[in-house]
Amino acid sequence: MLPVGASSIHVTLGEVAAALALVAIAAIASRSWHAGLEEDIGIAVVRSFVQLTAIGYVITVIFDQDSALLVIALITVMVVFGAFTARHRARQVPSSFWPLLVSLGVAAAATLGLVVGLGIFPATPRYMVPVGGMVIGNSMTSAAVALNRLGEDVHDQARKIEATLALGATSSQAVTPLVRRSLRSGMITLVDSTKTTGLIFFPGTMVGMLLAGADPTDAVRLQLILLYVLLGAVSIAALMSITLARRNFFTPAHQLRDPPAP
Amino acid sequence: MLFELEDVTYSRGGAVVLRGVDARLPVGASSVVGPSGSGKSTLLRLLNRLADPDSGRVAYEGADVRERDPLALRREVSLVPQLPALIEGTVHDNVAYGPRLAGHSFDARSCLELSGLDPAFEDRDASKLSVGEQQRVMLARALALEPRVLLLDEPTSALDQAAREAVETTLRRLRARTAISLVLVTHDVAQARRLAEYVVRIDAGRVIAHGSAAELLAEPAEPVTTASAEDAS
Repeated sequence: MLPVGASSIHVTLGEVAAALALVAIAAIASRSWHAGLEEDIGIAVVRSFVQLTAIGYVITVIFDQDSALLVIALITVMVVFGAFTARHRARQVPSSFWPLLVSLGVAAAATLGLVVGLGIFPATPRYMVPVGGMVIGNSMTSAAVALNRLGEDVHDQARKIEATLALGATSSQAVTPLVRRSLRSGMITLVDSTKTTGLIFFPGTMVGMLLAGADPTDAVRLQLILLYVLLGAVSIAALMSITLARRNFFTPAHQLRDPPAP
Repeated sequence: MLFELEDVTYSRGGAVVLRGVDARLPVGASSVVGPSGSGKSTLLRLLNRLADPDSGRVAYEGADVRERDPLALRREVSLVPQLPALIEGTVHDNVAYGPRLAGHSFDARSCLELSGLDPAFEDRDASKLSVGEQQRVMLARALALEPRVLLLDEPTSALDQAAREAVETTLRRLRARTAISLVLVTHDVAQARRLAEYVVRIDAGRVIAHGSAAELLAEPAEPVTTASAEDAS
Protein backbone atom coordinates (compact mmCIF):
# COMPACT_ATOMS: atom_id res chain seq x y z
CA MET A 1 0.00 0.00 0.00
CA LEU A 2 1.23 3.42 -0.88
CA PRO A 3 2.04 5.81 1.97
CA VAL A 4 -0.45 8.67 2.14
CA GLY A 5 0.32 12.16 3.36
CA ALA A 6 4.06 11.95 2.83
CA SER A 7 5.87 14.65 0.90
CA SER A 8 7.26 12.02 -1.47
CA ILE A 9 6.44 8.40 -2.12
CA HIS A 10 8.37 5.25 -2.98
CA VAL A 11 6.74 2.80 -5.39
CA THR A 12 8.03 -0.77 -5.54
CA LEU A 13 8.10 -3.00 -8.63
CA GLY A 14 5.76 -5.34 -6.78
CA GLU A 15 3.14 -2.60 -6.59
CA VAL A 16 3.56 -1.93 -10.32
CA ALA A 17 3.16 -5.67 -11.00
CA ALA A 18 0.00 -5.75 -8.89
CA ALA A 19 -1.53 -3.07 -11.13
CA LEU A 20 -1.21 -5.51 -14.03
CA ALA A 21 -4.31 -7.23 -12.64
CA LEU A 22 -6.31 -4.41 -14.19
CA VAL A 23 -4.57 -5.01 -17.52
CA ALA A 24 -5.66 -8.65 -17.28
CA ILE A 25 -9.27 -7.47 -17.12
CA ALA A 26 -8.74 -5.52 -20.33
CA ALA A 27 -7.20 -8.55 -22.04
CA ILE A 28 -10.01 -10.84 -20.88
CA ALA A 29 -12.63 -8.38 -22.09
CA SER A 30 -10.93 -8.16 -25.49
CA ARG A 31 -10.70 -11.96 -25.77
CA SER A 32 -14.28 -12.54 -24.62
CA TRP A 33 -15.66 -10.11 -27.21
CA HIS A 34 -13.18 -11.05 -29.96
CA ALA A 35 -11.99 -7.44 -30.14
CA GLY A 36 -8.54 -8.67 -31.23
CA LEU A 37 -6.72 -6.26 -28.92
CA GLU A 38 -4.88 -8.78 -26.73
CA GLU A 39 -1.65 -8.53 -28.68
CA ASP A 40 -1.83 -4.72 -28.77
CA ILE A 41 -2.52 -4.62 -25.04
CA GLY A 42 0.51 -6.84 -24.43
CA ILE A 43 2.70 -4.66 -26.63
CA ALA A 44 1.38 -1.53 -24.91
CA VAL A 45 2.22 -2.93 -21.46
CA VAL A 46 5.75 -3.97 -22.44
CA ARG A 47 6.48 -0.77 -24.35
CA SER A 48 5.14 1.48 -21.61
CA PHE A 49 7.26 -0.35 -19.02
CA VAL A 50 10.44 -0.25 -21.08
CA GLN A 51 9.98 3.32 -22.35
CA LEU A 52 9.02 4.84 -19.01
CA THR A 53 11.78 2.95 -17.16
CA ALA A 54 14.31 4.16 -19.71
CA ILE A 55 13.09 7.76 -19.59
CA GLY A 56 13.12 7.51 -15.79
CA TYR A 57 16.85 6.77 -15.85
CA VAL A 58 17.43 9.51 -18.42
CA ILE A 59 15.52 12.04 -16.31
CA THR A 60 17.47 11.00 -13.22
CA VAL A 61 20.72 11.69 -15.06
CA ILE A 62 19.43 15.03 -16.38
CA PHE A 63 18.23 16.10 -12.94
CA ASP A 64 21.58 15.11 -11.42
CA GLN A 65 23.56 16.93 -14.12
CA ASP A 66 21.30 20.02 -14.01
CA SER A 67 22.39 20.83 -17.58
CA ALA A 68 20.31 23.03 -19.89
CA LEU A 69 21.97 21.39 -22.90
CA LEU A 70 20.78 17.95 -21.82
CA VAL A 71 17.23 19.31 -21.37
CA ILE A 72 17.30 20.82 -24.86
CA ALA A 73 18.67 17.55 -26.29
CA LEU A 74 15.92 15.50 -24.64
CA ILE A 75 13.18 17.86 -25.83
CA THR A 76 14.63 17.80 -29.36
CA VAL A 77 14.54 14.00 -29.36
CA MET A 78 10.93 14.05 -28.15
CA VAL A 79 9.97 16.53 -30.91
CA VAL A 80 11.58 14.37 -33.62
CA PHE A 81 9.96 11.16 -32.35
CA GLY A 82 6.66 13.01 -31.98
CA ALA A 83 6.82 14.15 -35.62
CA PHE A 84 7.62 10.59 -36.79
CA THR A 85 4.72 9.16 -34.78
CA ALA A 86 2.23 11.79 -35.90
CA ARG A 87 3.29 11.32 -39.54
CA HIS A 88 1.91 7.78 -39.51
CA ARG A 89 -1.47 9.05 -38.37
CA ALA A 90 -1.61 11.67 -41.15
CA ARG A 91 -0.93 9.34 -44.06
CA GLN A 92 -3.14 11.22 -46.53
CA VAL A 93 -1.09 14.39 -46.13
CA PRO A 94 1.86 14.52 -48.57
CA SER A 95 5.27 15.10 -46.91
CA SER A 96 3.74 15.67 -43.48
CA PHE A 97 6.97 15.11 -41.49
CA TRP A 98 8.45 18.60 -41.88
CA PRO A 99 5.28 20.51 -41.03
CA LEU A 100 4.87 18.29 -37.96
CA LEU A 101 8.49 18.69 -36.91
CA VAL A 102 8.38 22.47 -37.19
CA SER A 103 4.98 22.79 -35.49
CA LEU A 104 5.95 20.57 -32.55
CA GLY A 105 9.26 22.37 -32.19
CA VAL A 106 7.63 25.80 -32.23
CA ALA A 107 4.86 24.72 -29.85
CA ALA A 108 7.43 23.37 -27.38
CA ALA A 109 9.77 26.35 -27.65
CA ALA A 110 7.00 28.96 -27.48
CA THR A 111 5.17 27.48 -24.51
CA LEU A 112 8.26 26.62 -22.47
CA GLY A 113 9.71 30.03 -23.29
CA LEU A 114 6.52 31.74 -22.17
CA VAL A 115 6.14 29.84 -18.90
CA VAL A 116 9.73 30.68 -18.01
CA GLY A 117 9.44 34.26 -19.26
CA LEU A 118 6.23 34.86 -17.30
CA GLY A 119 7.86 33.46 -14.17
CA ILE A 120 5.43 30.53 -13.88
CA PHE A 121 8.16 27.89 -13.71
CA PRO A 122 11.91 28.21 -13.17
CA ALA A 123 14.11 27.14 -16.09
CA THR A 124 15.38 24.03 -14.32
CA PRO A 125 15.34 20.42 -15.56
CA ARG A 126 12.85 19.41 -12.82
CA TYR A 127 10.22 21.66 -14.43
CA MET A 128 11.25 21.82 -18.08
CA VAL A 129 11.46 18.07 -18.70
CA PRO A 130 8.01 16.99 -17.46
CA VAL A 131 6.26 20.11 -18.77
CA GLY A 132 8.05 19.73 -22.11
CA GLY A 133 6.97 16.09 -22.31
CA MET A 134 3.34 16.99 -21.67
CA VAL A 135 3.43 19.86 -24.17
CA ILE A 136 5.00 17.75 -26.92
CA GLY A 137 2.76 14.74 -26.29
CA ASN A 138 -0.44 16.76 -26.42
CA SER A 139 0.79 18.85 -29.35
CA MET A 140 1.62 15.68 -31.26
CA THR A 141 -1.88 14.29 -30.76
CA SER A 142 -3.48 17.59 -31.68
CA ALA A 143 -1.39 18.08 -34.84
CA ALA A 144 -1.91 14.46 -35.92
CA VAL A 145 -5.68 14.65 -35.50
CA ALA A 146 -5.83 18.01 -37.30
CA LEU A 147 -3.73 16.80 -40.25
CA ASN A 148 -5.58 13.49 -40.45
CA ARG A 149 -8.85 15.39 -40.72
CA LEU A 150 -7.38 17.78 -43.28
CA GLY A 151 -6.13 14.88 -45.42
CA GLU A 152 -9.49 13.12 -45.32
CA ASP A 153 -11.40 16.31 -46.13
CA VAL A 154 -9.14 17.27 -49.04
CA HIS A 155 -9.56 13.77 -50.46
CA ASP A 156 -13.33 13.71 -49.94
CA GLN A 157 -13.90 17.23 -51.22
CA ALA A 158 -11.46 17.26 -54.12
CA ARG A 159 -14.25 18.12 -56.58
CA LYS A 160 -15.36 21.13 -54.56
CA ILE A 161 -11.77 22.29 -54.10
CA GLU A 162 -11.03 22.02 -57.81
CA ALA A 163 -14.28 23.85 -58.65
CA THR A 164 -13.09 26.66 -56.37
CA LEU A 165 -9.65 26.71 -57.97
CA ALA A 166 -11.42 26.97 -61.32
CA LEU A 167 -12.89 30.29 -60.15
CA GLY A 168 -9.42 31.72 -59.64
CA ALA A 169 -9.01 30.88 -55.94
CA THR A 170 -5.50 30.27 -54.63
CA SER A 171 -4.79 26.90 -53.06
CA SER A 172 -4.93 28.53 -49.60
CA GLN A 173 -8.30 30.09 -50.33
CA ALA A 174 -9.63 26.80 -51.70
CA VAL A 175 -8.91 24.91 -48.47
CA THR A 176 -9.87 27.65 -46.01
CA PRO A 177 -13.22 26.01 -45.06
CA LEU A 178 -11.37 22.75 -44.40
CA VAL A 179 -8.74 24.46 -42.26
CA ARG A 180 -11.42 25.64 -39.84
CA ARG A 181 -12.77 22.11 -39.42
CA SER A 182 -9.30 20.56 -39.07
CA LEU A 183 -8.23 23.09 -36.45
CA ARG A 184 -11.40 22.41 -34.53
CA SER A 185 -10.80 18.64 -34.71
CA GLY A 186 -7.26 19.06 -33.43
CA MET A 187 -8.25 21.17 -30.44
CA ILE A 188 -11.70 20.00 -29.44
CA THR A 189 -10.58 17.02 -27.33
CA LEU A 190 -8.44 19.12 -25.02
CA VAL A 191 -10.98 21.96 -24.93
CA ASP A 192 -13.72 19.53 -23.95
CA SER A 193 -11.60 17.79 -21.33
CA THR A 194 -10.60 21.18 -19.92
CA LYS A 195 -14.28 22.08 -19.66
CA THR A 196 -15.13 18.94 -17.73
CA THR A 197 -12.01 18.69 -15.61
CA GLY A 198 -12.80 18.35 -11.92
CA LEU A 199 -16.37 17.32 -12.69
CA ILE A 200 -16.06 14.13 -14.71
CA PHE A 201 -12.39 13.30 -14.30
CA PHE A 202 -9.32 14.34 -12.35
CA PRO A 203 -6.37 15.10 -14.60
CA GLY A 204 -3.14 13.17 -14.21
CA THR A 205 -0.91 15.82 -12.70
CA MET A 206 -3.40 16.62 -9.97
CA VAL A 207 -3.95 12.96 -9.20
CA GLY A 208 -0.20 12.38 -9.07
CA MET A 209 0.35 15.29 -6.71
CA LEU A 210 -2.51 14.24 -4.44
CA LEU A 211 -1.17 10.69 -4.30
CA ALA A 212 2.26 12.07 -3.50
CA GLY A 213 0.76 13.93 -0.54
CA ALA A 214 0.72 17.49 -1.90
CA ASP A 215 -1.67 20.11 -0.64
CA PRO A 216 -4.88 19.92 -2.75
CA THR A 217 -4.82 23.67 -3.41
CA ASP A 218 -1.30 23.44 -4.82
CA ALA A 219 -2.28 20.38 -6.87
CA VAL A 220 -5.27 22.19 -8.37
CA ARG A 221 -3.31 25.34 -9.17
CA LEU A 222 -0.48 23.46 -10.82
CA GLN A 223 -3.00 21.46 -12.83
CA LEU A 224 -4.70 24.67 -13.97
CA ILE A 225 -1.38 26.12 -15.10
CA LEU A 226 -0.64 22.98 -17.09
CA LEU A 227 -4.09 22.91 -18.69
CA TYR A 228 -3.73 26.52 -19.81
CA VAL A 229 -0.21 25.89 -21.09
CA LEU A 230 -1.45 22.84 -23.01
CA LEU A 231 -4.32 24.80 -24.57
CA GLY A 232 -1.81 27.27 -25.94
CA ALA A 233 0.54 24.53 -27.11
CA VAL A 234 -2.06 22.45 -28.96
CA SER A 235 -3.47 25.49 -30.71
CA ILE A 236 0.00 26.46 -31.91
CA ALA A 237 0.78 22.89 -33.03
CA ALA A 238 -2.54 22.32 -34.80
CA LEU A 239 -2.65 25.68 -36.54
CA MET A 240 0.98 25.65 -37.60
CA SER A 241 0.93 22.06 -38.87
CA ILE A 242 -2.21 22.79 -40.92
CA THR A 243 -0.79 26.05 -42.27
CA LEU A 244 2.46 24.41 -43.30
CA ALA A 245 0.95 21.16 -44.61
CA ARG A 246 -1.94 22.52 -46.64
CA ARG A 247 0.31 23.70 -49.45
CA ASN A 248 1.62 20.14 -49.86
CA PHE A 249 -1.68 19.13 -51.45
CA PHE A 250 -1.06 21.53 -54.33
CA THR A 251 1.50 22.33 -57.01
CA PRO A 252 2.95 25.86 -57.18
CA ALA A 253 0.44 26.51 -59.99
CA HIS A 254 -2.46 25.98 -57.55
CA GLN A 255 -3.34 22.54 -58.93
CA LEU A 256 -4.40 19.59 -56.79
CA ARG A 257 -1.59 17.01 -56.79
CA ASP A 258 -4.22 14.28 -56.49
CA PRO A 259 -7.12 15.61 -58.58
CA PRO A 260 -10.59 14.07 -58.46
CA ALA A 261 -11.23 11.18 -60.81
CA PRO A 262 -12.95 12.37 -64.02
CA MET B 1 -6.99 30.02 -83.00
CA LEU B 2 -8.33 29.92 -79.44
CA PHE B 3 -6.57 26.77 -78.21
CA GLU B 4 -3.90 24.58 -79.76
CA LEU B 5 -2.70 21.29 -78.29
CA GLU B 6 0.53 19.89 -79.69
CA ASP B 7 1.58 16.30 -78.97
CA VAL B 8 0.04 16.45 -75.50
CA THR B 9 0.48 13.47 -73.18
CA TYR B 10 -0.96 13.22 -69.69
CA SER B 11 -0.81 10.35 -67.22
CA ARG B 12 -2.58 9.80 -63.96
CA GLY B 13 -1.71 7.14 -61.42
CA GLY B 14 0.51 5.37 -63.94
CA ALA B 15 -2.22 5.18 -66.60
CA VAL B 16 -1.87 7.22 -69.79
CA VAL B 17 -5.01 9.34 -70.16
CA LEU B 18 -4.01 11.44 -73.19
CA ARG B 19 -1.44 10.24 -75.68
CA GLY B 20 0.07 12.52 -78.29
CA VAL B 21 -3.02 14.69 -78.66
CA ASP B 22 -2.94 17.31 -81.44
CA ALA B 23 -6.05 19.48 -81.57
CA ARG B 24 -7.12 22.99 -82.42
CA LEU B 25 -10.20 24.72 -81.03
CA PRO B 26 -11.28 27.91 -82.83
CA VAL B 27 -13.09 30.94 -81.42
CA GLY B 28 -16.81 30.19 -81.13
CA ALA B 29 -18.49 27.06 -79.86
CA SER B 30 -16.42 23.87 -79.96
CA SER B 31 -17.14 20.43 -78.62
CA VAL B 32 -14.90 17.59 -77.52
CA VAL B 33 -16.89 14.40 -78.08
CA GLY B 34 -16.06 10.92 -76.93
CA PRO B 35 -17.15 7.99 -74.78
CA SER B 36 -16.73 7.88 -71.01
CA GLY B 37 -13.11 7.49 -69.99
CA SER B 38 -11.77 8.72 -73.31
CA GLY B 39 -9.85 11.59 -71.70
CA LYS B 40 -12.06 14.48 -72.78
CA SER B 41 -12.59 15.89 -69.26
CA THR B 42 -8.84 15.73 -68.67
CA LEU B 43 -8.27 17.60 -71.92
CA LEU B 44 -10.62 20.34 -70.70
CA ARG B 45 -8.71 20.69 -67.41
CA LEU B 46 -5.48 21.28 -69.33
CA LEU B 47 -6.99 24.32 -71.07
CA ASN B 48 -7.12 26.47 -67.91
CA ARG B 49 -4.22 24.82 -66.07
CA LEU B 50 -6.16 22.85 -63.52
CA ALA B 51 -3.58 20.31 -64.68
CA ASP B 52 -0.44 20.52 -66.80
CA PRO B 53 0.53 17.92 -69.42
CA ASP B 54 3.47 15.57 -68.84
CA SER B 55 4.76 16.54 -72.27
CA GLY B 56 3.62 18.59 -75.23
CA ARG B 57 2.22 22.11 -75.35
CA VAL B 58 -1.15 23.72 -74.69
CA ALA B 59 -1.48 27.22 -76.16
CA TYR B 60 -4.20 29.83 -75.54
CA GLU B 61 -4.36 32.56 -78.15
CA GLY B 62 -0.93 31.55 -79.39
CA ALA B 63 0.91 31.56 -76.02
CA ASP B 64 1.81 28.55 -73.91
CA VAL B 65 -0.62 28.45 -70.97
CA ARG B 66 2.30 27.75 -68.65
CA GLU B 67 3.52 31.28 -69.35
CA ARG B 68 0.26 32.65 -67.95
CA ASP B 69 -0.59 33.28 -64.32
CA PRO B 70 -2.87 30.31 -63.54
CA LEU B 71 -5.27 32.35 -61.41
CA ALA B 72 -5.73 35.05 -64.06
CA LEU B 73 -6.07 32.39 -66.76
CA ARG B 74 -8.83 30.59 -64.82
CA ARG B 75 -10.79 33.82 -64.48
CA GLU B 76 -10.52 34.37 -68.21
CA VAL B 77 -11.05 30.71 -69.16
CA SER B 78 -13.61 29.54 -66.63
CA LEU B 79 -14.56 25.90 -66.12
CA VAL B 80 -17.96 24.58 -65.09
CA PRO B 81 -17.46 21.03 -63.76
CA GLN B 82 -19.63 18.04 -64.53
CA LEU B 83 -21.28 17.87 -61.11
CA PRO B 84 -22.42 20.81 -58.98
CA ALA B 85 -19.82 21.67 -56.32
CA LEU B 86 -21.14 24.75 -54.58
CA ILE B 87 -19.76 26.46 -51.52
CA GLU B 88 -21.88 26.62 -48.37
CA GLY B 89 -24.23 29.60 -48.31
CA THR B 90 -26.75 31.28 -50.53
CA VAL B 91 -26.91 31.44 -54.30
CA HIS B 92 -25.60 35.01 -54.01
CA ASP B 93 -22.61 33.82 -51.95
CA ASN B 94 -21.73 31.40 -54.73
CA VAL B 95 -22.11 33.91 -57.55
CA ALA B 96 -20.10 36.49 -55.57
CA TYR B 97 -17.23 34.11 -54.73
CA GLY B 98 -15.07 34.51 -57.85
CA PRO B 99 -15.56 38.27 -58.38
CA ARG B 100 -14.78 38.98 -54.70
CA LEU B 101 -11.51 37.05 -54.98
CA ALA B 102 -10.60 39.03 -58.07
CA GLY B 103 -11.85 42.35 -56.70
CA HIS B 104 -14.28 42.72 -59.61
CA SER B 105 -17.73 44.22 -59.48
CA PHE B 106 -20.57 41.94 -60.57
CA ASP B 107 -24.32 41.83 -61.02
CA ALA B 108 -25.58 38.62 -59.46
CA ARG B 109 -29.14 38.99 -60.74
CA SER B 110 -28.10 39.42 -64.37
CA CYS B 111 -25.73 36.42 -64.09
CA LEU B 112 -28.60 34.31 -62.75
CA GLU B 113 -30.92 35.54 -65.47
CA LEU B 114 -28.30 34.80 -68.12
CA SER B 115 -27.97 31.28 -66.68
CA GLY B 116 -31.68 30.65 -66.98
CA LEU B 117 -32.35 30.95 -63.25
CA ASP B 118 -34.94 33.25 -61.70
CA PRO B 119 -33.06 36.13 -59.98
CA ALA B 120 -35.41 35.60 -57.02
CA PHE B 121 -33.23 32.57 -56.23
CA GLU B 122 -30.45 34.90 -55.13
CA ASP B 123 -31.09 34.61 -51.40
CA ARG B 124 -31.94 30.92 -51.33
CA ASP B 125 -29.74 28.31 -49.67
CA ALA B 126 -27.74 26.83 -52.56
CA SER B 127 -27.68 23.37 -50.99
CA LYS B 128 -31.50 23.20 -51.05
CA LEU B 129 -31.78 23.60 -54.84
CA SER B 130 -32.36 20.77 -57.31
CA VAL B 131 -29.36 19.40 -59.22
CA GLY B 132 -30.51 21.23 -62.36
CA GLU B 133 -30.80 24.51 -60.46
CA GLN B 134 -27.42 23.98 -58.81
CA GLN B 135 -25.87 23.35 -62.20
CA ARG B 136 -27.21 26.69 -63.38
CA VAL B 137 -25.79 28.38 -60.26
CA MET B 138 -22.44 26.85 -61.26
CA LEU B 139 -22.88 28.46 -64.68
CA ALA B 140 -23.90 31.80 -63.12
CA ARG B 141 -20.89 31.93 -60.82
CA ALA B 142 -18.58 31.22 -63.74
CA LEU B 143 -20.26 33.98 -65.76
CA ALA B 144 -19.86 36.41 -62.86
CA LEU B 145 -16.14 36.43 -63.67
CA GLU B 146 -16.99 37.74 -67.15
CA PRO B 147 -14.80 35.08 -68.78
CA ARG B 148 -13.86 35.14 -72.44
CA VAL B 149 -14.10 31.36 -72.65
CA LEU B 150 -16.42 28.96 -70.84
CA LEU B 151 -15.30 25.35 -70.46
CA LEU B 152 -18.29 23.08 -69.88
CA ASP B 153 -17.72 19.52 -68.68
CA GLU B 154 -20.79 17.41 -69.48
CA PRO B 155 -23.03 20.23 -68.22
CA THR B 156 -26.27 18.26 -68.63
CA SER B 157 -25.21 14.70 -67.80
CA ALA B 158 -26.86 14.80 -64.36
CA LEU B 159 -30.08 16.42 -65.60
CA ASP B 160 -33.43 15.14 -66.83
CA GLN B 161 -34.60 15.98 -70.34
CA ALA B 162 -36.48 19.15 -69.40
CA ALA B 163 -33.54 20.54 -67.41
CA ARG B 164 -31.15 19.51 -70.21
CA GLU B 165 -33.18 21.41 -72.80
CA ALA B 166 -33.31 24.44 -70.50
CA VAL B 167 -29.52 24.45 -70.08
CA GLU B 168 -29.01 24.06 -73.84
CA THR B 169 -31.37 26.98 -74.45
CA THR B 170 -29.39 28.98 -71.89
CA LEU B 171 -26.11 28.22 -73.65
CA ARG B 172 -27.51 29.16 -77.06
CA ARG B 173 -28.86 32.41 -75.64
CA LEU B 174 -25.50 33.08 -74.01
CA ARG B 175 -23.76 32.69 -77.35
CA ALA B 176 -26.31 34.97 -79.02
CA ARG B 177 -26.03 37.71 -76.40
CA THR B 178 -22.32 37.69 -75.59
CA ALA B 179 -19.00 37.26 -77.39
CA ILE B 180 -18.07 34.34 -75.16
CA SER B 181 -16.51 31.19 -76.65
CA LEU B 182 -17.60 27.77 -75.44
CA VAL B 183 -15.72 24.49 -75.23
CA LEU B 184 -18.24 21.78 -74.47
CA VAL B 185 -17.21 18.28 -73.42
CA THR B 186 -19.93 15.71 -73.99
CA HIS B 187 -20.50 12.06 -74.79
CA ASP B 188 -23.77 13.08 -76.48
CA VAL B 189 -23.12 13.50 -80.21
CA ALA B 190 -26.57 15.00 -80.77
CA GLN B 191 -25.91 17.65 -78.13
CA ALA B 192 -22.59 18.53 -79.75
CA ARG B 193 -24.40 18.86 -83.07
CA ARG B 194 -26.98 21.18 -81.48
CA LEU B 195 -24.53 23.43 -79.64
CA ALA B 196 -21.13 23.38 -81.37
CA GLU B 197 -19.76 24.65 -84.63
CA TYR B 198 -16.49 22.72 -84.43
CA VAL B 199 -15.93 19.22 -83.08
CA VAL B 200 -12.95 17.17 -81.90
CA ARG B 201 -13.65 13.45 -81.49
CA ILE B 202 -11.54 11.63 -78.98
CA ASP B 203 -11.27 7.97 -78.01
CA ALA B 204 -8.89 6.16 -75.66
CA GLY B 205 -6.86 9.31 -75.17
CA ARG B 206 -6.32 9.98 -78.89
CA VAL B 207 -7.92 12.42 -81.30
CA ILE B 208 -9.63 10.34 -83.98
CA ALA B 209 -11.31 13.11 -85.96
CA HIS B 210 -11.88 16.83 -86.06
CA GLY B 211 -13.82 19.20 -88.27
CA SER B 212 -16.95 21.32 -88.48
CA ALA B 213 -19.87 19.93 -86.54
CA ALA B 214 -22.17 20.04 -89.53
CA GLU B 215 -19.82 17.89 -91.60
CA LEU B 216 -18.28 15.65 -88.97
CA LEU B 217 -21.40 14.78 -87.04
CA ALA B 218 -23.76 14.52 -89.98
CA GLU B 219 -22.21 11.22 -91.00
CA PRO B 220 -20.45 9.88 -87.90
CA ALA B 221 -19.19 6.81 -89.76
CA GLU B 222 -17.28 8.91 -92.26
CA PRO B 223 -15.60 11.84 -90.55
CA VAL B 224 -14.48 14.66 -92.82
CA THR B 225 -11.04 14.98 -91.30
CA THR B 226 -9.43 12.09 -89.55
CA ALA B 227 -6.21 12.11 -87.68
CA SER B 228 -3.33 10.14 -89.08
CA ALA B 229 -3.53 6.38 -89.19
CA GLU B 230 -0.86 6.20 -86.51
CA ASP B 231 -2.94 8.37 -84.18
CA ALA B 232 -6.07 6.35 -84.71
CA SER B 233 -4.44 2.98 -84.22
